[in-house]
Amino acid sequence: MFDDWEGKYEYIIDLGKQLAPLAEEHKLDGNKIKGCQSTVWLVSRYENGLIHFEADSDAIIVRGLVSMLIKVLSGHSPAEIADADLYFIDRIGMTKHLAQTRSNGLLSMVKQMKFYALAYQLKD
Amino acid sequence: MISTIMNATPTMLDHQNTNKRLQDPIWAEVRAQFPILDQQVNGRQLVYLDNAATTQKPKRVIDAISTYYQEYNANIHRGLHSLAERATAAYEDTREAVRAYINAKEAAEVIFTRGTTEGINLVAQAWGRANLNPGDEVLISGMEHHSNIVPWQMICQERGAKLKVIAVTDLGELDMASFYDQITEWTKMVAVVHVSNALGTINPVAEIVQAAKKVGAYTLVDGAQSTAHLEIDVQALDVDFFAFSSHKLYGPTGIGVLYGKRTVLDAMPPYQGGGEMIKEVSFEGTTYNELPYKFEAGTPNIADTVALLEAINFVNELGKPAMHAYEQSLLTYGTEQLNTIDGLRIIGQAANKISVLSFAIDGIHPQDLGILLDTYGIAVRTGHHCTQPLMKRLGLPGTTRASLAIYNTTSEVDLLVTGLRKAVKMLR
Repeated sequence: MFDDWEGKYEYIIDLGKQLAPLAEEHKLDGNKIKGCQSTVWLVSRYENGLIHFEADSDAIIVRGLVSMLIKVLSGHSPAEIADADLYFIDRIGMTKHLAQTRSNGLLSMVKQMKFYALAYQLKD
Repeated sequence: MISTIMNATPTMLDHQNTNKRLQDPIWAEVRAQFPILDQQVNGRQLVYLDNAATTQKPKRVIDAISTYYQEYNANIHRGLHSLAERATAAYEDTREAVRAYINAKEAAEVIFTRGTTEGINLVAQAWGRANLNPGDEVLISGMEHHSNIVPWQMICQERGAKLKVIAVTDLGELDMASFYDQITEWTKMVAVVHVSNALGTINPVAEIVQAAKKVGAYTLVDGAQSTAHLEIDVQALDVDFFAFSSHKLYGPTGIGVLYGKRTVLDAMPPYQGGGEMIKEVSFEGTTYNELPYKFEAGTPNIADTVALLEAINFVNELGKPAMHAYEQSLLTYGTEQLNTIDGLRIIGQAANKISVLSFAIDGIHPQDLGILLDTYGIAVRTGHHCTQPLMKRLGLPGTTRASLAIYNTTSEVDLLVTGLRKAVKMLR
């Protein structure tokens, strides 16, 4: 997809810049997913059987990654989200390139999204 | 010696001298001794600027580990055979070299640990349990690494003692008025960092130790960041405890040193029980071994201790005053160059600093900088640097930190600056 890491990051940064910022009232401690270095806020809304995610981060590359996750997962049913195989994270080489300490935030975010899906599934 | 170095500031080196020193071919020879530096990372020449986290190792250190395992691996102190004698002699040679390196009175005052963190925990637990009582106070500073905060919190909680904190100024120096305000007859221990890992600030530890002695308090200096850069003389400093790590001193990981005054160490109970630290054991009771073995339970990290000797020799051969002068010239150059970047603010502008360049750039998260610099092959540290209270005091989520060592060059500083400009352009 890209020749080099710079190109890849340029794309991710662009996604991060395009992501609509989360409203300040949602930036609550309860919505925080704490990584080692940056913070992610994640909120979910369940409507007509579909989960909608909104998220933000204080670091732009993480915002870009978050934006990708939202593009893929938001607007799907709890069952679809719970079963989603997020091969693209591996495919774009992110798990490997983002050393464990850095990717933790991303992985915790995926975990949190799947957790919401399970919770809504149980509620139904 | 300590005070001379501590009073040396970057501005004392005039610019022409600086340039001359940087071109001195001796530093190319120094660099060539570090095999790891000669490699490509993400398709670019590696620029390693994370030396405050850990320094790289010269080949002689790496070779010493290998030679130990290939030629004389044996358990020390108890074996009668030749290999055991050779291993014991090498292990004790390092202890003597460390003694000389920090100018301790005797080698028995040098206790081998896993690193600075273990050294501080040893003091907090063994000294703290015997000496801290309800109402007593332990005084630390607002720029401590977590490893000089948490062990004291733990023991203070256990003993009902109170933890107090010296304030930090906006420039990243200790607020000495706050220190004198808080040191009282209740202070039993003053534990401060010699050089801040996050900012590079060199603290006036000699003054602090003297003031602590006046109220009868014990003292501990966390030397993790100072030992590779400044002359250390524990007798002149008159400190009770001094802890440091080998891996920040061009030596292996997993080995460190706790210096303690004999009178203080003798009066302390042991930290861990086991082999080596005993004289006689029966089910009725045990008598403990003498110093330093009383505090070295179990088979120690022999290979890395033996290799630490080579790291000390490496530094001694270059000479710390020459190393310090070179690193100060890198600091001056780096500070000037970084200040040309729009919106960049150096965090930690103390008058006395080692070669640490911590900075923040307006509107840009340190993590983004760290990730992009890595794609250019440049290794820096980003985040809170295990000093969360300090970051909170400075009102920052973290900083980006380039920490320079003896093998770094002005060209590497230039690459950092070019990389930063590129990253900033992408991120804004």
